[in-house]
Amino acid sequence: MMDITSLIFYLFAGVSVASAFMVIAARNPVYSVLFLILTFFNAAGLFVIMGAEFLALILVVVYVGAVAVLFLFVVMMLDIDFAELNEGFLQYLPIGATIGLVLLVELIMLLAAYQFNDVRALPQATLEGMTNAEALGRVLYTDHIFYFQAAGAILLVAMIGAIVLTLDKRPSPKKQNVAKQNARTKADGVALVSVKPGEGLKGRSK
Amino acid sequence: MTIGLPHYLTLAAILFTIGVLGIFLNRKNIIVILMAIELMLLAVNINLVAFSAYLGDLIGQVFALLVLTVAAGEAAIGLAILVVYFRNRGGIAVEDVSQMKG
Amino acid sequence: MYQAIIFLPLLGALIAGLFGRFIGARASEIITSTFLVISAFLSARVFYDVALLGGDELRVHVLSWISVGHLSIDWMLRIDSLTAVMLVVVTGVSALVHIYSIGYMHDDPFRPRFFSYLSLFTFMMLMLVTADNFVQLFFGWEGVGLASYLLIGFYFQKPSANQAAIKAFVVNRVGDFGLILGMAAIYLAMGSLTFDTVFAGAEAMAQGRFNFLGYSVPLLDTICLLLFMGAMGKSAQFLLHTWLPDAMEGPTPVSALIHAATMVTAGVFLVARCSPLFEYSPTALTVVTVVGAVTAFFAATVGLVQNDIKRVIAYSTCSQLGYMFVALGVGAYQVAMFHLFTHAFFKALLFLGAGSVIHAMHHEQDMRNMGGLRQMIPFTWLMMLIGTIALTGFPLTAGYFSKDAIIEAAFAGQIGPHMFAFSLLVVAALFTSFYSWRLMFLTFHGLPRCSNETLSHVHEAPLVMLVPLVILSFGALFAGALFSGLFIGDGNAAFWSGTIFTLADNTILEQLHHVPAWVKYSPLVMMIIGFIGAFYFYIVRPELPAAIAESQILLYKFLLNKWYVDEIYDFLFVRPTAWVARLLWKGGDGAIIDGLGPDGVARNILRTTSGFVKLQSGYVYHYAFVMLLGVAGFVTWFMLAGGH
Repeated sequence: MMDITSLIFYLFAGVSVASAFMVIAARNPVYSVLFLILTFFNAAGLFVIMGAEFLALILVVVYVGAVAVLFLFVVMMLDIDFAELNEGFLQYLPIGATIGLVLLVELIMLLAAYQFNDVRALPQATLEGMTNAEALGRVLYTDHIFYFQAAGAILLVAMIGAIVLTLDKRPSPKKQNVAKQNARTKADGVALVSVKPGEGLKGRSK
Repeated sequence: MTIGLPHYLTLAAILFTIGVLGIFLNRKNIIVILMAIELMLLAVNINLVAFSAYLGDLIGQVFALLVLTVAAGEAAIGLAILVVYFRNRGGIAVEDVSQMKG
Repeated sequence: MYQAIIFLPLLGALIAGLFGRFIGARASEIITSTFLVISAFLSARVFYDVALLGGDELRVHVLSWISVGHLSIDWMLRIDSLTAVMLVVVTGVSALVHIYSIGYMHDDPFRPRFFSYLSLFTFMMLMLVTADNFVQLFFGWEGVGLASYLLIGFYFQKPSANQAAIKAFVVNRVGDFGLILGMAAIYLAMGSLTFDTVFAGAEAMAQGRFNFLGYSVPLLDTICLLLFMGAMGKSAQFLLHTWLPDAMEGPTPVSALIHAATMVTAGVFLVARCSPLFEYSPTALTVVTVVGAVTAFFAATVGLVQNDIKRVIAYSTCSQLGYMFVALGVGAYQVAMFHLFTHAFFKALLFLGAGSVIHAMHHEQDMRNMGGLRQMIPFTWLMMLIGTIALTGFPLTAGYFSKDAIIEAAFAGQIGPHMFAFSLLVVAALFTSFYSWRLMFLTFHGLPRCSNETLSHVHEAPLVMLVPLVILSFGALFAGALFSGLFIGDGNAAFWSGTIFTLADNTILEQLHHVPAWVKYSPLVMMIIGFIGAFYFYIVRPELPAAIAESQILLYKFLLNKWYVDEIYDFLFVRPTAWVARLLWKGGDGAIIDGLGPDGVARNILRTTSGFVKLQSGYVYHYAFVMLLGVAGFVTWFMLAGGH
């Protein structure tokens, strides 16, 4: 008889696996994104079980709230048509599935072979009775400040990169700048020039 | 049975494999590839946090946080590239993305 | 002084060849001709000192050349009577030809090259005759072959000229093959290649035998036969004669210099120089006699029906060379050298005169289109007449002394091969007279057979071309009478003073004076019969030759096509060689070497890489798949290897 922890684990795990599979198998790309969101939620739940609640909520805020929404924006913006399950899928499925299966089995074998001294239920990963957030903060801003700053730099670069990549430099149609027109003075508009007969204004600067 | 490390690791392995399959099995569009990459990163995160919880060392979670950061940045850039590519090519069918053909 | 004789022509050749473009054609002509004339005068001086006055032989050391182990070869100039005779002949004729060419090649745009080649040839020939060892002789031998190739192919835009040049070179090469083998055999037997050493050991070699492929072959006979093979090639004896008629593709001065007076006589010179060797080898001498006689006869028969004026004279040369070899073969080396000496004069005269005719007729060479030129170019006619009577042996001309001496010497031997040679030579003398007078009558007498247009342009050659003719005519007329005593008469022992070696029982020079009277008169009789015959056929009844040719069509064709020797050679040698060459080229070189080597490697690389290129599909998921394969493989290996 499973206890409640196991049940919750299996629930979250099962749903996440199923929705992960649906991400890659869904026909409609919007469905794929939605299933991805579902996967993230379930993973967040798993994090909570493991005692990393701060990370779980960060997962929801960042991944779901930002990344997945971005995906959704792009999917909606691009004119993607519904593609049928095209022929390539079935052609490569055997070999792909085989390789995947092999990889999976090996991973499990590796990990299962790892000798656990004792299999204990995962405790909360708190440190000296603090909350997860406080514990993380204590570690992150002191011992691993460098990585923190580096991550910040990466984010900055990513932001600039994304803007630069999608900058659209098309010349926009000419518009009136009313303020500029109103600010014109007589000196800007008219100049008095003496011209010799037959010469013309060529070459004279204004 | 009690849920222990192996379970979490197994779960992570399954998610990872699904992500890998998603990369080369799909023929539809590139968005799915990017999402599969996110899946793989998620699997790695689960792994890291599981070990952090098991070993009682917070460094795993710190690492997972950083992975998260990088994954977000990479998703942003990848989608920006995709948008520009779409502007130039008009479609994102995976089969058409073969300009690096040797 | 001796170096000057040899090297002035070389200097002239280098100047004209390398700087001809800068100094201009006129300067090239004058420089080379001047050098040659100086050389000729110095040679006359040498002749006077060494040969006439009986001075000592000289060895002039120029440079050390090879010194390897036991072999030591130097550049040494050997100046003795034999050399002096050749020097005079070579430089004299060459100087005259240079001067003549100034006029003959006047219109040619490549004059510097021509004069450079002429001087180069002269230098090589001089190296040949002044050689003191076989290697230096071979250097000159090859050099004259090269110069001959360059000069025959002078009009290199004509394919026939190129083919003729190659033919000359290749046929010479066949002869040179024999010469090289002979030299190798000499070195094997004697351990040295210097003439003095080799000749000193000749008697010892006479009885020697050596082992070849399990057979014991006589040593000296083999050596002499091999050397003679080289002489056959160079002197266009029967079987290796095919290049000489085709060599007429070159300009006429070239034919006069190379194919009348000098290069073709190199073979005669070689045998005469090696007289110590040949004297001890009766077999080789017999072979020389027979080959010479056959050549004389063969060339004379072919010359009867040729229509190109230069070809007739070419076959005449071939025939006269046969005479010289007969003289060598019967042991009368001095007579052969004497005939070489006189022949140079009248044959060069004939060639240069023919050149004058060709020049007058605006490069028309077919005698069937000539005729009646005597009134228009009388001086040339006179020169050609002098050459003809000298050739046919008119009494007291040069040819009378030398050619008749050969015929008498052939008879004097009294042995089988010699009598065979004698009969052939007498018949050849008849033919010689016939075709020589035929040439004269067809060209200068009778009614003109060319157009009036051509006739109006016929004019005498310029003075620069006529003066050499005059000088040669003097030689043709008087050289015989003046020098016969020295060369073959009573003074010959002192004259040659040991450069030509004869055994004690070789008294041919004596014997030839004691032949029966009918033998002595036979050449004269033949000459008269030939003259009368030619006169009848070409003046009295000129339609007769054509009628006879038609009635005896087979014989006529046989002679006209040179006894079909060229066709036989083509079938026997040229085609199989070409077939083998093509096989090696396409099959060996192309398929095997190129196929396995560069081409094959390149093809395989392309094939392999085109297979590899398919990996670069451009699809990212293909790449990801490959990465996955790699990861799976790595994990598997990691697991199985058990590493931690």
